[in-house]
Amino acid sequence: MGVIAQNAAEVRGLIAKGRRWDTIFVSLGIICLGIGLLTFATLFFDMAIDGWSRLNPEFFTQFPSRRAGQAGILSAWVGTTLVMLVTAFFAVPLGIGAGVYLEEYAPKHWITDIIEINITNLAGVPSIVYGLLALGLFVYAFGLGQSILTAGLTLALLILPIVIVATREAIRSIPGVIREGAYALGATQWQTIKDHIVPYSMPGILTGVIIGLSRAIGETAPIITIGALTFIAFLPPAPISDIAPYISFEWLKAPFTVMPIQMFNWTSRPEEAFQHNAAAAGFILVLMTLTMNGLAIWLRYRLRKHIKW
Amino acid sequence: MDSTTHATMLGSAAPNAKSPAAANQPLPPLKAESRSLSFHYGSFQALKSVDMPVYEHNVTALIGPSGCGKSTFLRCFNRMHDLYAGNRYEGQIVLHPDNTDLLAKDVDPIEVRMRIGMVFQKPNPFPKTIYENVAYGLRVRGVTRKNLLDEKVEDSLRSAALWEEVKNRMNEMGSNLSGGQQQRLCIARALATDPEILLFDEPTSALDPIATASIEELVSELKRKVTILMVTHNMQQAARVSDYTAYMYIGQVVEFGRTDALFFKPKKKETEDYITGRFG
Repeated sequence: MGVIAQNAAEVRGLIAKGRRWDTIFVSLGIICLGIGLLTFATLFFDMAIDGWSRLNPEFFTQFPSRRAGQAGILSAWVGTTLVMLVTAFFAVPLGIGAGVYLEEYAPKHWITDIIEINITNLAGVPSIVYGLLALGLFVYAFGLGQSILTAGLTLALLILPIVIVATREAIRSIPGVIREGAYALGATQWQTIKDHIVPYSMPGILTGVIIGLSRAIGETAPIITIGALTFIAFLPPAPISDIAPYISFEWLKAPFTVMPIQMFNWTSRPEEAFQHNAAAAGFILVLMTLTMNGLAIWLRYRLRKHIKW
Repeated sequence: MDSTTHATMLGSAAPNAKSPAAANQPLPPLKAESRSLSFHYGSFQALKSVDMPVYEHNVTALIGPSGCGKSTFLRCFNRMHDLYAGNRYEGQIVLHPDNTDLLAKDVDPIEVRMRIGMVFQKPNPFPKTIYENVAYGLRVRGVTRKNLLDEKVEDSLRSAALWEEVKNRMNEMGSNLSGGQQQRLCIARALATDPEILLFDEPTSALDPIATASIEELVSELKRKVTILMVTHNMQQAARVSDYTAYMYIGQVVEFGRTDALFFKPKKKETEDYITGRFG
Protein backbone atom coordinates (compact mmCIF):
# COMPACT_ATOMS: atom_id res chain seq x y z
CA MET A 1 0.00 0.00 0.00
CA GLY A 2 1.19 3.47 -0.88
CA VAL A 3 1.80 6.39 1.44
CA ILE A 4 -1.24 8.25 0.11
CA ALA A 5 -4.70 6.89 0.98
CA GLN A 6 -6.18 5.00 -1.91
CA ASN A 7 -9.92 4.93 -1.37
CA ALA A 8 -12.73 6.96 0.18
CA ALA A 9 -12.98 4.77 3.31
CA GLU A 10 -9.31 5.25 4.05
CA VAL A 11 -9.61 9.02 3.57
CA ARG A 12 -12.57 9.16 5.97
CA GLY A 13 -10.61 7.15 8.50
CA LEU A 14 -7.74 9.62 8.31
CA ILE A 15 -10.04 12.61 8.76
CA ALA A 16 -11.75 10.97 11.75
CA LYS A 17 -8.37 10.32 13.34
CA GLY A 18 -7.43 13.97 12.88
CA ARG A 19 -10.76 15.13 14.26
CA ARG A 20 -10.28 13.09 17.46
CA TRP A 21 -7.43 15.42 18.41
CA ASP A 22 -9.68 18.43 17.89
CA THR A 23 -12.18 16.93 20.33
CA ILE A 24 -9.51 16.11 22.89
CA PHE A 25 -8.00 19.57 22.73
CA VAL A 26 -11.35 21.37 22.93
CA SER A 27 -12.33 19.33 26.03
CA LEU A 28 -9.00 20.10 27.70
CA GLY A 29 -9.37 23.78 26.90
CA ILE A 30 -12.87 23.93 28.37
CA ILE A 31 -11.68 22.22 31.55
CA CYS A 32 -8.81 24.72 31.96
CA LEU A 33 -11.15 27.64 31.39
CA GLY A 34 -13.71 26.16 33.79
CA ILE A 35 -11.17 25.81 36.61
CA GLY A 36 -10.22 29.48 36.33
CA LEU A 37 -13.74 30.82 36.03
CA LEU A 38 -15.21 28.57 38.72
CA THR A 39 -12.57 29.51 41.26
CA PHE A 40 -13.19 33.18 40.72
CA ALA A 41 -16.98 32.80 40.67
CA THR A 42 -16.92 30.79 43.92
CA LEU A 43 -14.81 33.44 45.65
CA PHE A 44 -16.95 36.24 44.33
CA PHE A 45 -20.29 34.70 45.31
CA ASP A 46 -18.98 33.50 48.65
CA MET A 47 -18.00 37.07 49.49
CA ALA A 48 -21.31 38.35 48.20
CA ILE A 49 -23.28 35.91 50.37
CA ASP A 50 -21.13 36.47 53.46
CA GLY A 51 -21.25 40.21 53.13
CA TRP A 52 -24.82 40.55 51.91
CA SER A 53 -26.20 41.60 55.29
CA ARG A 54 -23.77 44.53 55.40
CA LEU A 55 -24.33 45.80 51.86
CA ASN A 56 -26.55 48.79 52.56
CA PRO A 57 -26.09 52.53 51.93
CA GLU A 58 -24.82 53.17 55.47
CA PHE A 59 -21.91 50.81 54.80
CA PHE A 60 -20.58 53.39 52.32
CA THR A 61 -21.26 56.49 54.44
CA GLN A 62 -19.93 55.38 57.82
CA PHE A 63 -16.43 55.41 59.23
CA PRO A 64 -14.93 52.25 60.72
CA SER A 65 -16.12 51.50 64.22
CA ARG A 66 -15.43 49.15 67.12
CA ARG A 67 -18.98 47.89 66.69
CA ALA A 68 -19.11 45.75 63.56
CA GLY A 69 -22.73 46.63 62.85
CA GLN A 70 -21.91 50.34 62.60
CA ALA A 71 -18.58 50.08 60.79
CA GLY A 72 -18.44 51.33 57.20
CA ILE A 73 -15.93 51.85 54.42
CA LEU A 74 -16.28 55.63 53.92
CA SER A 75 -12.65 56.47 54.70
CA ALA A 76 -11.46 53.44 52.74
CA TRP A 77 -13.24 54.08 49.47
CA VAL A 78 -12.51 57.81 49.58
CA GLY A 79 -8.85 56.98 50.28
CA THR A 80 -8.70 54.44 47.46
CA THR A 81 -10.30 56.87 45.01
CA LEU A 82 -7.94 59.71 45.91
CA VAL A 83 -4.85 57.49 45.82
CA MET A 84 -5.91 56.18 42.39
CA LEU A 85 -6.34 59.75 41.13
CA VAL A 86 -2.82 60.65 42.24
CA THR A 87 -1.47 57.39 40.77
CA ALA A 88 -3.08 58.02 37.39
CA PHE A 89 -2.01 61.67 37.44
CA PHE A 90 1.66 60.69 37.69
CA ALA A 91 1.77 57.30 35.95
CA VAL A 92 -0.12 58.23 32.78
CA PRO A 93 1.95 61.16 31.48
CA LEU A 94 5.24 59.63 32.69
CA GLY A 95 4.43 56.24 31.17
CA ILE A 96 3.25 57.63 27.84
CA GLY A 97 6.21 60.00 27.67
CA ALA A 98 8.72 57.25 28.38
CA GLY A 99 7.01 54.84 25.97
CA VAL A 100 6.92 57.39 23.15
CA TYR A 101 10.52 58.35 23.73
CA LEU A 102 11.75 54.75 23.72
CA GLU A 103 9.74 53.84 20.64
CA GLU A 104 10.16 57.00 18.56
CA TYR A 105 13.24 58.94 19.59
CA ALA A 106 15.67 56.69 21.46
CA PRO A 107 18.65 55.63 19.34
CA LYS A 108 19.00 51.86 19.15
CA HIS A 109 22.15 50.93 21.03
CA TRP A 110 23.21 49.07 24.15
CA ILE A 111 22.09 51.76 26.60
CA THR A 112 18.53 51.63 25.30
CA ASP A 113 18.74 47.83 25.31
CA ILE A 114 19.61 47.91 29.01
CA ILE A 115 16.80 50.36 29.75
CA GLU A 116 14.42 48.10 27.86
CA ILE A 117 15.41 44.97 29.81
CA ASN A 118 15.14 46.98 33.02
CA ILE A 119 11.61 48.14 32.32
CA THR A 120 10.40 44.67 31.48
CA ASN A 121 11.95 43.36 34.70
CA LEU A 122 10.55 46.22 36.80
CA ALA A 123 7.07 44.91 36.06
CA GLY A 124 8.03 41.73 37.91
CA VAL A 125 9.56 43.32 41.03
CA PRO A 126 7.55 42.37 44.18
CA SER A 127 5.42 45.27 45.30
CA ILE A 128 6.87 45.23 48.83
CA VAL A 129 10.17 46.33 47.32
CA TYR A 130 8.44 49.39 45.87
CA GLY A 131 7.03 49.99 49.34
CA LEU A 132 10.49 49.97 50.90
CA LEU A 133 11.83 52.24 48.19
CA ALA A 134 8.95 54.64 48.76
CA LEU A 135 9.47 54.59 52.53
CA GLY A 136 13.09 55.63 52.09
CA LEU A 137 12.59 58.03 49.20
CA PHE A 138 9.18 59.68 49.47
CA VAL A 139 8.49 59.41 53.20
CA TYR A 140 11.95 60.15 54.62
CA ALA A 141 14.17 61.68 51.91
CA PHE A 142 11.49 63.93 50.36
CA GLY A 143 9.60 64.33 53.62
CA LEU A 144 6.21 63.71 52.03
CA GLY A 145 5.03 61.82 55.08
CA GLN A 146 2.60 58.94 55.30
CA SER A 147 0.21 60.70 52.98
CA ILE A 148 -2.08 60.20 50.01
CA LEU A 149 0.61 61.79 47.84
CA THR A 150 3.20 59.23 48.95
CA ALA A 151 0.82 56.34 48.33
CA GLY A 152 -0.14 57.68 44.90
CA LEU A 153 3.50 58.13 43.90
CA THR A 154 4.39 54.64 45.13
CA LEU A 155 1.62 52.97 43.17
CA ALA A 156 2.48 55.15 40.17
CA LEU A 157 6.01 53.72 40.27
CA LEU A 158 4.53 50.24 40.55
CA ILE A 159 2.35 50.55 37.44
CA LEU A 160 4.73 52.69 35.40
CA PRO A 161 6.29 49.66 33.66
CA ILE A 162 2.81 48.40 32.72
CA VAL A 163 1.92 51.76 31.17
CA ILE A 164 5.25 52.02 29.35
CA VAL A 165 5.00 48.50 27.92
CA ALA A 166 1.36 49.05 26.86
CA THR A 167 2.30 52.35 25.19
CA ARG A 168 5.13 50.74 23.27
CA GLU A 169 3.00 47.80 22.15
CA ALA A 170 0.27 50.17 21.00
CA ILE A 171 2.74 52.33 19.06
CA ARG A 172 4.28 49.28 17.43
CA SER A 173 0.90 48.14 16.17
CA ILE A 174 0.57 51.27 14.01
CA PRO A 175 1.41 50.25 10.45
CA GLY A 176 4.60 51.72 9.01
CA VAL A 177 2.76 53.12 5.98
CA ILE A 178 0.61 55.37 8.20
CA ARG A 179 3.72 56.82 9.78
CA GLU A 180 5.40 57.19 6.38
CA GLY A 181 2.23 58.82 5.06
CA ALA A 182 2.53 61.56 7.69
CA TYR A 183 6.25 62.09 7.07
CA ALA A 184 5.70 62.15 3.31
CA LEU A 185 3.46 65.20 3.74
CA GLY A 186 6.32 67.07 5.38
CA ALA A 187 5.34 66.51 9.01
CA THR A 188 8.10 66.75 11.58
CA GLN A 189 8.65 63.94 14.05
CA TRP A 190 6.79 65.82 16.78
CA GLN A 191 3.84 66.58 14.46
CA THR A 192 3.69 62.92 13.48
CA ILE A 193 3.69 61.85 17.13
CA LYS A 194 1.13 64.38 18.33
CA ASP A 195 -1.27 64.10 15.36
CA HIS A 196 -0.93 60.40 14.58
CA ILE A 197 1.16 58.12 16.78
CA VAL A 198 -0.33 59.08 20.16
CA PRO A 199 -3.98 59.42 19.05
CA TYR A 200 -3.91 56.12 17.18
CA SER A 201 -2.28 54.27 20.06
CA MET A 202 -4.68 55.75 22.65
CA PRO A 203 -6.96 52.67 22.84
CA GLY A 204 -3.99 50.45 23.67
CA ILE A 205 -2.50 52.98 26.09
CA LEU A 206 -5.80 53.41 27.94
CA THR A 207 -6.21 49.67 28.25
CA GLY A 208 -2.74 49.46 29.76
CA VAL A 209 -3.44 52.34 32.14
CA ILE A 210 -6.65 50.79 33.42
CA ILE A 211 -5.11 47.33 33.78
CA GLY A 212 -2.30 49.00 35.74
CA LEU A 213 -4.78 50.87 37.94
CA SER A 214 -6.74 47.65 38.53
CA ARG A 215 -3.55 46.12 39.81
CA ALA A 216 -2.76 49.16 41.96
CA ILE A 217 -6.22 49.32 43.53
CA GLY A 218 -5.73 45.94 45.20
CA GLU A 219 -2.15 46.52 46.35
CA THR A 220 -1.72 46.27 50.11
CA ALA A 221 1.92 45.57 50.87
CA PRO A 222 3.53 48.81 49.64
CA ILE A 223 0.76 50.89 51.19
CA ILE A 224 1.27 49.27 54.58
CA THR A 225 5.02 49.72 54.25
CA ILE A 226 4.74 53.46 53.76
CA GLY A 227 2.52 53.59 56.83
CA ALA A 228 -1.11 53.87 55.86
CA LEU A 229 -3.45 53.85 58.85
CA THR A 230 -5.66 50.88 59.57
CA PHE A 231 -8.23 52.83 61.54
CA ILE A 232 -9.20 56.33 60.51
CA ALA A 233 -12.40 58.14 61.38
CA PHE A 234 -12.08 61.33 59.37
CA LEU A 235 -11.84 62.33 55.72
CA PRO A 236 -9.01 64.28 54.08
CA PRO A 237 -9.71 68.03 53.77
CA ALA A 238 -11.96 68.91 50.83
CA PRO A 239 -10.20 70.06 47.66
CA ILE A 240 -12.66 72.93 47.13
CA SER A 241 -13.59 75.53 49.73
CA ASP A 242 -15.65 78.69 49.78
CA ILE A 243 -12.79 80.91 50.90
CA ALA A 244 -9.98 82.10 48.61
CA PRO A 245 -8.05 80.54 46.90
CA TYR A 246 -11.00 78.09 46.69
CA ILE A 247 -8.84 75.16 45.66
CA SER A 248 -6.73 73.38 48.23
CA PHE A 249 -4.26 70.57 47.90
CA GLU A 250 -4.11 69.87 51.63
CA TRP A 251 -5.78 66.49 51.01
CA LEU A 252 -2.59 65.27 49.37
CA LYS A 253 -0.81 65.51 52.74
CA ALA A 254 -3.59 63.81 54.70
CA PRO A 255 -3.27 60.40 56.34
CA PHE A 256 -5.51 57.80 54.76
CA THR A 257 -6.50 54.18 54.43
CA VAL A 258 -7.50 52.14 51.38
CA MET A 259 -9.95 49.32 50.71
CA PRO A 260 -7.59 46.33 50.93
CA ILE A 261 -6.14 47.59 54.21
CA GLN A 262 -9.60 48.07 55.67
CA MET A 263 -10.39 44.50 54.60
CA PHE A 264 -7.18 43.17 56.09
CA ASN A 265 -7.92 44.99 59.33
CA TRP A 266 -11.36 43.43 59.59
CA THR A 267 -10.28 39.91 58.77
CA SER A 268 -7.74 40.05 61.59
CA ARG A 269 -10.46 40.81 64.16
CA PRO A 270 -11.60 37.86 66.30
CA GLU A 271 -15.32 38.79 66.22
CA GLU A 272 -17.40 36.88 63.67
CA ALA A 273 -19.37 40.03 62.74
CA PHE A 274 -16.27 41.73 61.31
CA GLN A 275 -15.79 38.85 58.89
CA HIS A 276 -19.05 39.91 57.22
CA ASN A 277 -17.72 43.45 56.95
CA ALA A 278 -14.55 42.13 55.36
CA ALA A 279 -16.52 40.04 52.87
CA ALA A 280 -18.69 43.01 51.96
CA ALA A 281 -15.62 45.26 51.50
CA GLY A 282 -13.97 42.55 49.38
CA PHE A 283 -17.07 42.31 47.24
CA ILE A 284 -17.02 46.09 46.67
CA LEU A 285 -13.29 46.02 45.86
CA VAL A 286 -13.77 43.26 43.28
CA LEU A 287 -16.69 45.21 41.81
CA MET A 288 -14.46 48.31 41.56
CA THR A 289 -11.82 46.28 39.72
CA LEU A 290 -14.36 44.66 37.41
CA THR A 291 -15.88 48.07 36.67
CA MET A 292 -12.47 49.42 35.73
CA ASN A 293 -11.79 46.46 33.48
CA GLY A 294 -15.22 46.85 31.92
CA LEU A 295 -14.43 50.50 31.34
CA ALA A 296 -11.18 49.50 29.65
CA ILE A 297 -12.99 47.13 27.30
CA TRP A 298 -15.67 49.69 26.50
CA LEU A 299 -13.16 52.49 25.90
CA ARG A 300 -11.04 50.28 23.67
CA TYR A 301 -14.10 49.30 21.67
CA ARG A 302 -15.28 52.90 21.34
CA LEU A 303 -11.90 54.27 20.27
CA ARG A 304 -10.95 51.39 17.99
CA LYS A 305 -14.17 51.68 16.03
CA HIS A 306 -12.72 54.64 14.17
CA ILE A 307 -9.18 53.40 13.87
CA LYS A 308 -8.92 51.11 10.90
CA TRP A 309 -6.11 50.62 8.47
CA MET B 1 22.16 72.97 -15.85
CA ASP B 2 22.21 74.05 -19.50
CA SER B 3 20.87 72.10 -22.45
CA THR B 4 24.25 70.94 -23.80
CA THR B 5 25.37 69.12 -20.68
CA HIS B 6 21.85 67.88 -20.35
CA ALA B 7 21.98 66.20 -23.74
CA THR B 8 25.48 64.84 -23.09
CA MET B 9 24.37 63.35 -19.83
CA LEU B 10 21.53 61.52 -21.48
CA GLY B 11 24.05 59.92 -23.83
CA SER B 12 22.83 56.67 -25.28
CA ALA B 13 19.69 56.89 -23.19
CA ALA B 14 18.46 59.85 -25.27
CA PRO B 15 15.38 59.19 -27.40
CA ASN B 16 16.19 57.45 -30.63
CA ALA B 17 16.86 60.08 -33.28
CA LYS B 18 15.63 57.77 -36.03
CA SER B 19 12.25 57.33 -34.42
CA PRO B 20 9.91 59.68 -36.31
CA ALA B 21 7.87 60.47 -33.22
CA ALA B 22 10.85 61.52 -31.19
CA ALA B 23 12.69 63.34 -33.96
CA ASN B 24 10.23 66.21 -34.15
CA GLN B 25 9.81 66.60 -30.43
CA PRO B 26 12.18 68.86 -28.54
CA LEU B 27 13.00 67.63 -25.06
CA PRO B 28 10.69 69.05 -22.39
CA PRO B 29 12.26 71.11 -19.60
CA LEU B 30 14.01 69.18 -16.85
CA LYS B 31 12.35 69.05 -13.44
CA ALA B 32 14.88 66.89 -11.66
CA GLU B 33 17.77 64.59 -12.40
CA SER B 34 19.77 62.07 -10.47
CA ARG B 35 23.52 62.35 -10.91
CA SER B 36 25.60 59.24 -10.17
CA LEU B 37 23.22 58.34 -7.38
CA SER B 38 24.24 55.35 -5.31
CA PHE B 39 22.34 54.12 -2.30
CA HIS B 40 23.29 51.72 0.50
CA TYR B 41 21.10 49.89 3.01
CA GLY B 42 23.84 49.28 5.54
CA SER B 43 26.41 47.25 3.64
CA PHE B 44 24.07 46.37 0.77
CA GLN B 45 24.33 48.62 -2.25
CA ALA B 46 20.85 48.96 -3.74
CA LEU B 47 21.57 51.64 -6.36
CA LYS B 48 24.72 51.87 -8.45
CA SER B 49 25.46 55.27 -9.89
CA VAL B 50 22.10 56.06 -11.40
CA ASP B 51 21.82 58.99 -13.86
CA MET B 52 18.34 59.79 -14.96
CA PRO B 53 16.33 62.88 -15.91
CA VAL B 54 12.76 63.62 -14.85
CA TYR B 55 10.95 65.91 -17.28
CA GLU B 56 8.50 68.56 -16.19
CA HIS B 57 4.80 67.81 -16.72
CA ASN B 58 5.55 64.32 -17.95
CA VAL B 59 4.99 60.93 -16.46
CA THR B 60 8.17 58.93 -16.00
CA ALA B 61 7.73 55.24 -15.24
CA LEU B 62 10.28 53.01 -13.52
CA ILE B 63 9.96 49.36 -14.50
CA GLY B 64 12.03 46.31 -13.74
CA PRO B 65 11.92 43.00 -11.90
CA SER B 66 11.35 42.80 -8.13
CA GLY B 67 14.36 43.93 -6.13
CA CYS B 68 15.86 45.93 -9.00
CA GLY B 69 15.89 49.11 -6.87
CA LYS B 70 13.05 51.02 -8.49
CA SER B 71 11.22 51.72 -5.22
CA THR B 72 14.52 52.48 -3.51
CA PHE B 73 15.28 55.00 -6.24
CA LEU B 74 11.83 56.58 -5.96
CA ARG B 75 12.12 56.91 -2.19
CA CYS B 76 15.40 58.84 -2.58
CA PHE B 77 13.44 61.71 -4.13
CA ASN B 78 11.60 62.52 -0.89
CA ARG B 79 14.37 61.32 1.44
CA MET B 80 12.11 58.59 2.85
CA HIS B 81 15.23 56.55 3.58
CA ASP B 82 16.24 59.13 6.19
CA LEU B 83 13.56 57.72 8.49
CA TYR B 84 15.58 54.58 9.06
CA ALA B 85 19.06 54.18 10.47
CA GLY B 86 21.96 52.80 8.44
CA ASN B 87 20.93 54.16 5.03
CA ARG B 88 23.41 56.16 2.98
CA TYR B 89 23.21 58.18 -0.21
CA GLU B 90 26.01 59.11 -2.59
CA GLY B 91 25.66 61.44 -5.57
CA GLN B 92 22.95 63.99 -6.14
CA ILE B 93 19.34 64.50 -7.05
CA VAL B 94 19.11 68.01 -8.45
CA LEU B 95 15.74 69.71 -8.40
CA HIS B 96 15.16 72.40 -11.03
CA PRO B 97 14.74 75.30 -11.54
CA ASP B 98 16.57 76.25 -8.33
CA ASN B 99 19.29 73.58 -8.64
CA THR B 100 18.79 72.30 -5.11
CA ASP B 101 20.55 69.03 -4.37
CA LEU B 102 17.85 67.13 -2.50
CA LEU B 103 20.40 64.80 -0.95
CA ALA B 104 22.76 67.49 0.33
CA LYS B 105 23.61 67.24 4.03
CA ASP B 106 22.41 70.77 4.70
CA VAL B 107 19.04 70.23 3.03
CA ASP B 108 16.39 69.30 5.57
CA PRO B 109 14.48 66.16 4.50
CA ILE B 110 11.29 67.76 5.80
CA GLU B 111 11.79 70.66 3.42
CA VAL B 112 12.27 68.15 0.58
CA ARG B 113 9.03 66.37 1.53
CA MET B 114 7.21 69.69 1.54
CA ARG B 115 8.09 70.07 -2.15
CA ILE B 116 7.71 66.46 -3.28
CA GLY B 117 4.59 64.44 -2.55
CA MET B 118 4.15 60.70 -2.43
CA VAL B 119 1.41 58.13 -2.99
CA PHE B 120 2.04 54.68 -1.56
CA GLN B 121 1.58 51.13 -2.75
CA LYS B 122 -1.29 50.37 -0.39
CA PRO B 123 -3.82 53.15 0.18
CA ASN B 124 -2.90 54.59 3.58
CA PRO B 125 -5.52 57.15 4.62
CA PHE B 126 -5.12 58.33 8.19
CA PRO B 127 -7.83 57.09 10.58
CA LYS B 128 -9.34 60.56 10.44
CA THR B 129 -12.19 62.12 8.49
CA ILE B 130 -12.00 62.56 4.72
CA TYR B 131 -11.68 66.31 5.25
CA GLU B 132 -8.89 65.99 7.80
CA ASN B 133 -6.99 63.56 5.59
CA VAL B 134 -6.81 66.09 2.77
CA ALA B 135 -6.27 69.06 5.08
CA TYR B 136 -3.43 67.47 7.03
CA GLY B 137 -0.60 68.60 4.75
CA LEU B 138 -1.90 72.15 4.96
CA ARG B 139 -2.20 72.00 8.73
CA VAL B 140 1.42 70.86 8.90
CA ARG B 141 2.29 74.00 6.94
CA GLY B 142 0.48 76.12 9.51
CA VAL B 143 -2.70 76.85 7.54
CA THR B 144 -5.52 77.46 10.00
CA ARG B 145 -7.94 79.69 8.08
CA LYS B 146 -11.12 77.69 7.63
CA ASN B 147 -12.11 79.09 4.23
CA LEU B 148 -8.64 78.56 2.79
CA LEU B 149 -8.63 74.97 4.06
CA ASP B 150 -12.13 74.35 2.68
CA GLU B 151 -11.13 75.75 -0.68
CA LYS B 152 -7.91 73.71 -0.93
CA VAL B 153 -9.64 70.52 0.21
CA GLU B 154 -12.31 70.91 -2.46
CA ASP B 155 -9.77 71.75 -5.17
CA SER B 156 -7.62 68.76 -4.33
CA LEU B 157 -10.55 66.37 -4.19
CA ARG B 158 -11.72 67.68 -7.56
CA SER B 159 -8.24 67.19 -9.03
CA ALA B 160 -8.24 63.65 -7.67
CA ALA B 161 -11.67 63.03 -9.28
CA LEU B 162 -13.17 62.23 -5.90
CA TRP B 163 -15.12 65.37 -5.06
CA GLU B 164 -18.47 64.29 -6.50
CA GLU B 165 -18.35 61.02 -4.57
CA VAL B 166 -17.43 62.46 -1.18
CA LYS B 167 -18.70 66.05 -1.10
CA ASN B 168 -21.53 65.07 1.28
CA ARG B 169 -19.40 62.71 3.34
CA MET B 170 -16.56 65.01 4.43
CA ASN B 171 -16.91 64.02 8.09
CA GLU B 172 -16.88 60.28 7.46
CA MET B 173 -13.75 58.29 8.13
CA GLY B 174 -11.40 57.90 5.17
CA SER B 175 -11.30 54.16 5.83
CA ASN B 176 -15.03 53.89 4.96
CA LEU B 177 -14.19 54.49 1.30
CA SER B 178 -13.50 51.71 -1.20
CA GLY B 179 -9.90 50.82 -2.04
CA GLY B 180 -9.83 52.89 -5.24
CA GLN B 181 -11.48 55.84 -3.50
CA GLN B 182 -8.98 55.57 -0.66
CA GLN B 183 -6.12 55.74 -3.14
CA ARG B 184 -7.66 58.81 -4.79
CA LEU B 185 -8.06 60.30 -1.30
CA CYS B 186 -4.33 59.75 -0.77
CA ILE B 187 -3.67 61.44 -4.11
CA ALA B 188 -5.85 64.39 -3.07
CA ARG B 189 -3.98 64.53 0.24
CA ALA B 190 -0.67 64.73 -1.62
CA LEU B 191 -2.00 67.31 -4.13
CA ALA B 192 -3.37 69.65 -1.46
CA THR B 193 0.07 71.08 -0.77
CA ASP B 194 0.90 71.75 -4.44
CA PRO B 195 3.92 69.46 -4.74
CA GLU B 196 6.38 70.00 -7.57
CA ILE B 197 6.82 66.29 -8.15
CA LEU B 198 4.43 63.54 -7.19
CA LEU B 199 5.94 60.12 -6.55
CA PHE B 200 3.79 57.03 -7.06
CA ASP B 201 5.03 53.75 -5.64
CA GLU B 202 3.07 51.00 -7.47
CA PRO B 203 -0.15 52.91 -6.78
CA THR B 204 -2.50 50.28 -8.21
CA SER B 205 -0.97 47.04 -6.98
CA ALA B 206 -3.59 46.70 -4.22
CA LEU B 207 -6.54 47.68 -6.45
CA ASP B 208 -9.01 45.88 -8.71
CA PRO B 209 -8.91 46.50 -12.49
CA ILE B 210 -11.67 49.12 -12.51
CA ALA B 211 -10.08 51.14 -9.71
CA THR B 212 -6.74 50.71 -11.50
CA ALA B 213 -8.17 52.18 -14.69
CA SER B 214 -9.50 55.21 -12.83
CA ILE B 215 -6.13 55.83 -11.15
CA GLU B 216 -4.33 55.51 -14.48
CA GLU B 217 -6.71 57.99 -16.09
CA LEU B 218 -6.11 60.32 -13.18
CA VAL B 219 -2.34 60.08 -13.51
CA SER B 220 -2.57 61.06 -17.19
CA GLU B 221 -4.73 64.05 -16.20
CA LEU B 222 -2.51 65.13 -13.34
CA LYS B 223 0.64 65.57 -15.38
CA ARG B 224 -0.68 68.93 -16.53
CA LYS B 225 -0.40 70.12 -12.92
CA VAL B 226 2.53 68.20 -11.56
CA THR B 227 5.55 66.20 -12.66
CA ILE B 228 5.06 62.51 -12.02
CA LEU B 229 7.54 59.76 -11.27
CA MET B 230 5.96 56.36 -10.93
CA VAL B 231 7.14 52.87 -10.03
CA THR B 232 5.09 50.12 -11.58
CA HIS B 233 5.45 46.37 -11.76
CA ASN B 234 2.99 46.34 -14.63
CA MET B 235 4.54 47.00 -18.03
CA GLN B 236 1.20 47.60 -19.74
CA GLN B 237 0.55 50.30 -17.17
CA ALA B 238 3.87 51.97 -17.94
CA ALA B 239 3.04 51.78 -21.65
CA ARG B 240 -0.43 53.22 -21.10
CA VAL B 241 0.32 56.18 -18.84
CA SER B 242 3.93 57.20 -19.09
CA ASP B 243 5.80 59.49 -21.46
CA TYR B 244 9.24 58.30 -20.45
CA THR B 245 10.28 54.93 -19.10
CA ALA B 246 13.38 53.70 -17.34
CA TYR B 247 14.12 50.00 -17.24
CA MET B 248 16.06 49.16 -14.09
CA TYR B 249 17.96 46.02 -13.24
CA ILE B 250 20.08 45.27 -10.14
CA GLY B 251 20.37 48.86 -9.03
CA GLN B 252 21.09 50.38 -12.42
CA VAL B 253 19.13 52.12 -15.15
CA VAL B 254 19.67 49.82 -18.12
CA GLU B 255 17.74 51.93 -20.57
CA PHE B 256 15.90 55.23 -20.45
CA GLY B 257 13.87 56.77 -23.24
CA ARG B 258 10.53 57.86 -24.54
CA THR B 259 8.03 55.17 -23.63
CA ASP B 260 7.00 54.45 -27.25
CA ALA B 261 10.64 54.14 -28.30
CA LEU B 262 11.58 51.96 -25.35
CA PHE B 263 8.69 49.60 -25.84
CA PHE B 264 8.75 49.36 -29.62
CA LYS B 265 12.44 49.78 -30.36
CA PRO B 266 14.43 48.94 -27.25
CA LYS B 267 18.13 49.54 -27.80
CA LYS B 268 19.36 47.00 -25.30
CA LYS B 269 18.92 43.29 -25.51
CA GLU B 270 18.10 43.08 -21.74
CA THR B 271 15.28 45.62 -22.10
CA GLU B 272 13.83 43.73 -25.01
CA ASP B 273 13.99 40.45 -23.10
CA TYR B 274 12.20 42.01 -20.15
CA ILE B 275 9.43 43.78 -22.04
CA THR B 276 8.73 40.81 -24.26
CA GLY B 277 8.37 38.61 -21.19
CA ARG B 278 11.37 36.43 -21.81
CA PHE B 279 12.73 37.50 -18.48
CA GLY B 280 11.46 38.89 -15.17
